[in-house]
Amino acid sequence: MFDLSKIKADFPHLRREIDHSPVIYLDSANTSQKPAAVIEAMRSFTEQSYAPINRSAYRMAAAATDAFENARSLVASFINAGSPDEVVFTKNATESLNLFAQGWSRQHLKAGDVVVLTHMEHHANIVPWQMMVAERGITLRWIPLTDDGHLDLSDLDNILDGASVVSFTSMSNVLGTMNPVREIVQRSHDAGAIVMVDACQSVPHSVTDVQAMDADFIAFSGHKMLGPSGIGVLWGRPELLDQLPPLQGGGNMIDDVRLDTFTCAPVPAKFEAGTPPIIEAIGLGAAVEYLSSIGMAEIRRHEMELTQYALDTLSERFGSDIVIHGPRNVEERGGVLSFAFRDLHPHDVSQILDERNVCVRAGHHCAKPLMRLIGANATVRASLYLYNDTHDVDILADALTSADDIFGL
Amino acid sequence: MPGLEDLYREIILDHYRNPRNRGALETPPAVSADGHNPLCGDEITLFVLVEDDIVADIKSSGQGCSISQSSASMMTQAVRGKSVAEAEALIHHFKHMMSIEDHHHDEPAEAPALGDLEALQGVVKFPVRIKCAVLAWNTLSQALESA
Repeated sequence: MFDLSKIKADFPHLRREIDHSPVIYLDSANTSQKPAAVIEAMRSFTEQSYAPINRSAYRMAAAATDAFENARSLVASFINAGSPDEVVFTKNATESLNLFAQGWSRQHLKAGDVVVLTHMEHHANIVPWQMMVAERGITLRWIPLTDDGHLDLSDLDNILDGASVVSFTSMSNVLGTMNPVREIVQRSHDAGAIVMVDACQSVPHSVTDVQAMDADFIAFSGHKMLGPSGIGVLWGRPELLDQLPPLQGGGNMIDDVRLDTFTCAPVPAKFEAGTPPIIEAIGLGAAVEYLSSIGMAEIRRHEMELTQYALDTLSERFGSDIVIHGPRNVEERGGVLSFAFRDLHPHDVSQILDERNVCVRAGHHCAKPLMRLIGANATVRASLYLYNDTHDVDILADALTSADDIFGL
Repeated sequence: MPGLEDLYREIILDHYRNPRNRGALETPPAVSADGHNPLCGDEITLFVLVEDDIVADIKSSGQGCSISQSSASMMTQAVRGKSVAEAEALIHHFKHMMSIEDHHHDEPAEAPALGDLEALQGVVKFPVRIKCAVLAWNTLSQALESA
């Protein structure tokens, strides 16, 4: 049951006021706010259950280990993984993407091997590969964009020909475009490539089923899906996680260590050197329980309706004064609205919106290659989540009109 | 919270709408320096012609927000025709006004006149915008070092 007023009430920070008026939080593609259930789970675990995991033999430590592993199981169920062992806890999606890019390149790729990316990637799925171009001599190929902000798949077979790896985003953090993940995964597999999906923007907002998606690896962050910062996930097929070397050595990741050698622990411990983000894992577990209690399909439906409302409202009120990037059809996009407003610089627009407590991102959104392609140094980005409503969109529109007063347009 | 009128003073908006000394100079004899603000994507290229230790001409190009662009415009106006030493003193003085640099001990006792630049004083109340305001000034420092 999707009860928006109850959901809003679940988020303490959204009840906050600045200068006696409420905060309108439209920056969830950046990071999400946290429900009381997540905050309370972390607080009570810290107060009553905190102890080392996977090390000590006393009962409190065993209980903490169980709680940590229970969080892994909750995440595994949330994405329909075959087993909790397929879920590797990392710091964030960026670390997951680096772990895969560096590890896979060093172990399996040689000079001239081809990695395919797209023009709509976040820097986190570009720069790690560029580092491997420098280190391993791999070659990058790019899937371009169409004018309306979709991936241009017209030449995909040629681009995929001979590729070793394809790594692409399920949803653009700038354009909102939701990519045809299954089609691209299937065609990449047909071409013999290993596939990584940067699912950072889609996992928080829609049903994720890694078995149906059929990719080999996916990466996402906890903090964008109501969980705390400091924890992310790398999911992988078990047989491929076995073939991926760890990036960090240390405690917890070993099976045995001698003076001249070591052997790795099984997956996922192999990738989790050192004390992991224990409290954060508890928080992420609570976050996926909260999301599941509302229902990811319900959340997606709500965001589609709200995105449609936002597209309609902004277009009706501002006409050609506002240019919203990305697809118009809400079936093909998420609730990420990047726009240009008149000829005002996004930084100024953001400042004017902040006066009304409207929180948006202004900038390049860590996707500078894409920004150059759409011909903008920066955009304003308002992004929606389950706790936003039409009132938030109305306040955004009202606040934009006050740009008139200041810039005298 | 300080009001937006503290930030968007009329003189700032005037420089934003009608930037002074826009363009480029031939290099050499002029030198150029690029500055950018990775946070928001603002970019500026400064062209500075130094003759006999005087900033004989200065032009700026690039794009950015009202604060970075107006600051660049006012800066070019303020340093044009000044000696390099006076320009450097002005850089320090401006950064001090932006609360990011202490007064230099060897600075002349009398602070250089800021003129229109005084209008940018309000930026200090909006800490995230300070980087916008000083972008042109940091770029000027680079340019003068290479001149």
